[in-house]
Amino acid sequence: MMHRLNQWTAVVMIASFSLLGLGCTKKSSDAGSAQNANANAVAADAKEIRIGQFGSMTGGEATFGQSTDKGIRLVIDAKNAAGGIKGKKIVLITEDNQGKPEEAAAVVKKLITQDNVLAILGEVASTRSLAAAPIAQQFKVPMVSPSSTNPKVTQVGDYIFRVCFIDPFQGPVMAKFAYDSLKVKSVAILKDLKSDYSLGLSEFFISKFKELGGRIVAEQTFQTGDSDFKAQLTQIRGKNPDAIFIPAYYTEVGLIARQARQLGIKAVLLGGDGWDSPKLFEIGKDAVSGSFFSNHYATESPVPATQEFIKNFKAKYGETPDGLAAAGYDAARILVDAMEKASELTPQAVRDQLAKTTDFDGATGKITINADRNADKEAFIVKVEGGTLKFVTLLKP
Amino acid sequence: MEELLQHILNGLNLGAIYALIALGYTMVYGILQLINFAHSEVYMVGAFASYYGARQFHLVDKPGWGSFAVTLLIAVVCCSILGLCIERFAYRPLRNAPKTNSLITAIGVSLFLQFTGQVVFGADPKVFPEVLQDRTLFEFGAVQVQLFDVTIISVAVAVMLALNWFIQKTKTGMAIRAVSYSFRSATLMGINVNTVIMVTFVVGSSLAGVGAVLVGLKYPKIDPLMGLLFGLKAFVAAVLGGIGNLPGAVIGGLLMGLSEEMVVAYLSSTYRDALAFGLLILILLFKPSGLMGQTRVEKV
Repeated sequence: MMHRLNQWTAVVMIASFSLLGLGCTKKSSDAGSAQNANANAVAADAKEIRIGQFGSMTGGEATFGQSTDKGIRLVIDAKNAAGGIKGKKIVLITEDNQGKPEEAAAVVKKLITQDNVLAILGEVASTRSLAAAPIAQQFKVPMVSPSSTNPKVTQVGDYIFRVCFIDPFQGPVMAKFAYDSLKVKSVAILKDLKSDYSLGLSEFFISKFKELGGRIVAEQTFQTGDSDFKAQLTQIRGKNPDAIFIPAYYTEVGLIARQARQLGIKAVLLGGDGWDSPKLFEIGKDAVSGSFFSNHYATESPVPATQEFIKNFKAKYGETPDGLAAAGYDAARILVDAMEKASELTPQAVRDQLAKTTDFDGATGKITINADRNADKEAFIVKVEGGTLKFVTLLKP
Repeated sequence: MEELLQHILNGLNLGAIYALIALGYTMVYGILQLINFAHSEVYMVGAFASYYGARQFHLVDKPGWGSFAVTLLIAVVCCSILGLCIERFAYRPLRNAPKTNSLITAIGVSLFLQFTGQVVFGADPKVFPEVLQDRTLFEFGAVQVQLFDVTIISVAVAVMLALNWFIQKTKTGMAIRAVSYSFRSATLMGINVNTVIMVTFVVGSSLAGVGAVLVGLKYPKIDPLMGLLFGLKAFVAAVLGGIGNLPGAVIGGLLMGLSEEMVVAYLSSTYRDALAFGLLILILLFKPSGLMGQTRVEKV
């Protein structure tokens, strides 16, 4: 009887806790709708166009969000200086998701329901774009991702776009480059189990590399936020591969590169666009030198649109832009272009214009949005040399 | 075979750092029967203190043993001050309150420091300054023995030996042991319990500071939440060895580091964190007092 009683006490306690939880949520959503009404009132007589942006301004991939933001602001500020769109100024509302998928979903909901944005720009990391996309789709607000490369992102629905290539393209390009140009015959993979980007990219790399006749000698895993990779690298060292493919983000890549060199591993390190950050050199130092990765652009690209972007970016911020800044810049320009051409400023009209984008002269190459709302374009292969990136080649599938 | 040796070396390195942090948990528990959850944040603050200190004194420009020693000193001093403050303002007012109150306060202090850290230091990871340059000391087949490996293990061993001498041979150490044995009797014997507790916090926090610098050198990425998981694992290491028992904490830490390394190497990195908590459950089930802990009869 005593036992039974205890069980019931537990049930009652759990029930009351969850009620308490519900009570709290209810309250905050009430507050939310009050603000929502407020925002509606503002939007009704608005002489401005609200654009939402969400990104990792802080956290382990902070330079992704900050670079993208700089690229986007370059476009918006220039447009506003030139009189805005249809006589209306553009207001960019930026939300930080701290590099967390759950936070990305929350801030996008806020952007749509409280700030009433016309369109959304973001994210870099596929995991976070995937968390936010269903919400944008549900409210039918167009979302343009500058640089999420996992194929699943735009499959969420017809309001989700991207202006970059996808992993089924990026992975094989790197595999081809490794096999044909670097003459690499055996590769070890070190991938991040927690990241959609990493899993997708490694899968596409492996299938192409095997198809070309190469061998995958080891597949090791880690998780975002780990800082000790010596166990995995020691296992890889035992297999003696020609190269290690690390589809991950720069913080982990820097640490992995250092520890690989400490263990005496001489293999070439290969990666994807997630490597692109000034912090890569800061963390990895000499260890990342001599590595190759596929990217959205290279500063030495001869294309006039790229050079113009670099000139404007340097003039505004006094630094050389990375690939994610270029992707952010292109995403914002394509969105602005679509809003200008749209018959009226509604999410529906903007979406339809976005889908019609063809041969757009972007800083990251010519962009055409295809039927799957992905961009058709080529990938740049860059080499890390000291603290800089050297353009190697341009590859198309 | 070479692989196994390398794994053992890597595991010992990680384990030595766990052991340093675990000692801090165990010392405080031994005396106050309080799990000082804020200990992992003391470690985090130590990493940031040495980060800012090393930049302030431009130690990165002249890496070497001198810079390393100064960085250690900065971390130890800052951690000690923080440890003292936590004891004085959070735990002392609750010393006569029920144990649960102190425990909840410890969790509160821990969360407070984590999120204050995010506001003050920023949430993005910082790169720890290279106050000592790593190089390969010697190769043993494919096994690479790095300067850091040797430094970490020898600093950790030296610190633990010093601690052992301090606890066993000095008068203050004797007082700490007395308080740990019986709080009330120690008071009756004329031991100033407040001083003893303060010394314990200073020593425990200093160990966290040393650990922070060693971790910063080895894995040069520090962020305000770095203490969370690391601290929890060190805590499990302390429980594994028998909480309240100093040699137990060292053995627990080394075991923890070694087994984590082996799990990642021969199973999968997915089980890395599961291992720590799986171990905790097993210990609590089969040997609640830990490997070296003694079961003490609780008198009513």
